[in-house]
Amino acid sequence: MKNVRLETVSKMFGSAVGVENVDIDVKPGEFFTFLGPSGCGKTTTLRMIAGFYFPTKGKIYFDNRDVTTLQPNKRNIGMVFQNYALFPHMTVFENIAFGLEVRKMSKAVIKEKVERAQKLVHLEKYGARKINELSGGQQQRVALARALVIEPDILLLDEPLSNLDAKLREETRVEIKRLQVELGVTTIYVTHDQTEAMTMSDRIMVMKEGVVQQIGTPQEIYNKPTNHFVASFIGESNVLNGEVVEIIENSVKVKLEDHIFVQGSIDQSANGKNLTIGEKIKCSIRPEAVFEGPGVNELHGTIQLVEFTGVSINYVVKVGSNIMKVMIINKGNRILNRGDSITLHVPVNGIYLIGE
Amino acid sequence: MSGNQDVVMKENWWSRLTRSKYFVYVLISPIFLVLLAYVIYPFYQTFLQSVMTEEGATFENYQRFFGLTSTANLEALWTSIYISVISVITCAIVGVTMAFLMERYEFPGRRILSVLILVPMALPPLVGVLSFTFLYGESGIIPRFFQALFNLDSVPFALKGVVGVIVVHTFTMYTYFYLTAAAAIKGLDPSLEEAATSLGSGRIRIWLKVILPMLTPSLVASSLLVFMISMASYTAPLMFGVDRTMTMQIYLSRTNGNLDMAATQSTILSIVSISFLILMRWYQGRRNFQNQSKGIGVHRTELRSQLAKYLSMAFSFIGVIILMLPILVLVLISFSVDGEWTVQIIPTSYTLQHYIDLFTDERTWRPIWNSLQMSFVATAGNILFGVAAAYALVRMRFKGKVFLDILIMVPWALPGTVVAVNLIAAFSEPNVFSFNQVLIGTFWILPLAYFVRHLPLIFRSTSAALMQMDESVEEAARSLGANWWYTFRRVVMPMAFSGILAGTLLALVQGIGEFVASILIYSTSTMPLSVAIFQKMYAFQFGTACAYGVLQIVLIILVLFISQKLTDGKAGAAI
Ligand SMILES: Nc1ncnc2c1ncn2[C@@H]1O[C@H](COP(=O)(O)OP(=O)(O)OP(=O)(O)O)[C@@H](O)[C@H]1O
Ligand SMILES: [Mg+2]
Repeated sequence: MKNVRLETVSKMFGSAVGVENVDIDVKPGEFFTFLGPSGCGKTTTLRMIAGFYFPTKGKIYFDNRDVTTLQPNKRNIGMVFQNYALFPHMTVFENIAFGLEVRKMSKAVIKEKVERAQKLVHLEKYGARKINELSGGQQQRVALARALVIEPDILLLDEPLSNLDAKLREETRVEIKRLQVELGVTTIYVTHDQTEAMTMSDRIMVMKEGVVQQIGTPQEIYNKPTNHFVASFIGESNVLNGEVVEIIENSVKVKLEDHIFVQGSIDQSANGKNLTIGEKIKCSIRPEAVFEGPGVNELHGTIQLVEFTGVSINYVVKVGSNIMKVMIINKGNRILNRGDSITLHVPVNGIYLIGE
Repeated sequence: MSGNQDVVMKENWWSRLTRSKYFVYVLISPIFLVLLAYVIYPFYQTFLQSVMTEEGATFENYQRFFGLTSTANLEALWTSIYISVISVITCAIVGVTMAFLMERYEFPGRRILSVLILVPMALPPLVGVLSFTFLYGESGIIPRFFQALFNLDSVPFALKGVVGVIVVHTFTMYTYFYLTAAAAIKGLDPSLEEAATSLGSGRIRIWLKVILPMLTPSLVASSLLVFMISMASYTAPLMFGVDRTMTMQIYLSRTNGNLDMAATQSTILSIVSISFLILMRWYQGRRNFQNQSKGIGVHRTELRSQLAKYLSMAFSFIGVIILMLPILVLVLISFSVDGEWTVQIIPTSYTLQHYIDLFTDERTWRPIWNSLQMSFVATAGNILFGVAAAYALVRMRFKGKVFLDILIMVPWALPGTVVAVNLIAAFSEPNVFSFNQVLIGTFWILPLAYFVRHLPLIFRSTSAALMQMDESVEEAARSLGANWWYTFRRVVMPMAFSGILAGTLLALVQGIGEFVASILIYSTSTMPLSVAIFQKMYAFQFGTACAYGVLQIVLIILVLFISQKLTDGKAGAAI
């Protein structure tokens, strides 16, 4: 259980930027996730924490100890790799025991600890198996046990579920989270899957092209995205162009295209108090924040597409020249058809104002 | 932090070193040093010898080589080239045809043939040529058989001269074409052919427009390889008495005491060989490896018509005979009483004595023991440097990587004759690299030659194994707390083990059978096995010579078998 701190860490590959100015402070016992599209620098950041890359600039601290250029084998980390990276010439038992042998523990202690770890990941009977005699999910659990058995200060996982099929992924996800909570180990998790990130994390760092976009709890990231990228990368969102036309106390009036006006709130704005009249901004409106029928922020549009999923009815509605996705929870309402006109409304706290 | 202060100090020192970005140079400098000492420096010494006269540096020798006053050298160069070109053509025809028949058709005897087709690889060069002279030479079994059959005054045909050399080259080297062509044909997607057929292409068109272009990369690669090996060929010209080849000229210049000229010829041949090496690397780098395993294996066509069946059976039968005869004849003669076989078709009296002598008679056992010792010493060195070089080149990034990559393969491209000449030039006098000793005439010069010649074998098989190994496995070990050395020992070595072992065994048997360099640098006290065979041969002790040969073949077959088992048939990469 350690605190991990990165101070303005950058990594250059030649002249290409891997990541730039990452500042994070992971609390002891926290489940912290790096989320972002492919190539955004998640792995690079993780590998600097593990010690496989050294930062070009900046410092890394574990509990105030500077580990920026410490060798990976001196960091007491547990790491789980995307492709598991198990030792194919060893059995399950030997794989898990490897880190303990490095630490020169006695045979008896090793046996006890390995068996406990096997139990933890439900692989009690598999000790003597060769790695290639295991299924993908079992291999993943061996990798997890191998990383956990050394009682690491920090657990690092690089897309540990991406090689598993959908069902197994969900099972293993729950398993990882259970172990993390049980052991209370500081965990840094890399993924490009937002469901994984949202369901498991205490906090998420969203990255894009080597630059941190936002750090926050899943709710913060979802409900208060700082910019267009975060809003549309996490879940679905209607991001509409607008202009601030009036600010009265907390209430902000925004003009969208085609003279459509909506009412937002300063509390629901990435820039907070700094909004100025005439400023060009964007409104992020989640599909599920839009309701059918008259009300505040009333909008009138024509239905362009209808999708029935069972749980919900999804419409694509053209409001003036703005295209909006709308999700109506299915309570047995009448389903409209393409070409029908529809009246919608958006509660003030369903509109989030983000910068350009 | 607890523990002995010393240990902590040492750990810090070592871990600081392994962490340093100069660590890679610590790892590769011994390799560079060894290559410098035993490849570059000897090569440079030979070059010096070729240009230095009492009056200083001149290119007189080179002018003489290319001059028209004495054309022997130019003739040799020309002969070497045309033998090589013809060898490439004949090997290509035989190798590719065989590959097509074996991969595309199902016929009686195909299975046995597909095993025996690789027999030529199990023949050490000298032993192979030896069996060919016994079989098809002027007093060979086959010509004499036909002479007796038709009651002729003299043998109706016999293998000799340039034709002999080419036949032996074809027999021993078609396998390079066979292996690459067979792999390429396996990878040909049959649907391509079917697509072409459905578009209305005729057979010939399909061949020219679809199949041949797809085979081109493997054919070019094999051609370069066979050309290079033919240029380096020494044993076949020696046994068939073709003096005018480059390798023979080097040998003759040396035995005539014309050392400057030998050095000149050596340098020229080296340059040709190294150019070919670079050409090959370039071609391999340029060629794009298309994914060849798309599931559907090539379906073999079964022969339906009765006639085709009989023809193919006859073909298999003849193939099996031709492939087996060289080994059979060696086995036969190894049981014959020395000196009793003169004008008869096959030996008349037989004995087990030669095999008993191999292991009991001190004089017969000596060369075997010498070769074993020298090959072991050389191979031990090869493992150390070959594995380190492979690890550095596959896993690490450093300046001069491409250079090291080519440099380490140079000894593989250099003809054995040239390696020997270079070593003589470098180590006839004491110098730093020989620890101030004269190496020529000592035990050490032969292992050194074997070391240089066979370093690429272990290097290549280890690199192949390392390339297949995922780098993150090493990182996993590091993250679990293992330091660099522990990781190397517990993870890298075991995982690359089959590759290292395959290369090691190969280097070992190659060392035991090495003839080309040995013949130039051995001394009577350290006579290796192959030179002993050569001498027995000239002393008409055919039985003993063949018993030695059979011993070598058994060793090689054993090694091929083990490597095959270890690497699931991927050992081909090392050969
Ligand atoms: N060793 C390297 N040399 C050069 N460039 C690199 C290297 N490693 C990563 N990069 C570059 O740095 C950037 C970030 O890569 P990184 O592997 O961290 O991405 P990622 O977020 O993990 O993506 P993915 O989800 O695909 O794994 C990419 O543009 C990549 O091309
Ligand atoms: Mg990654």
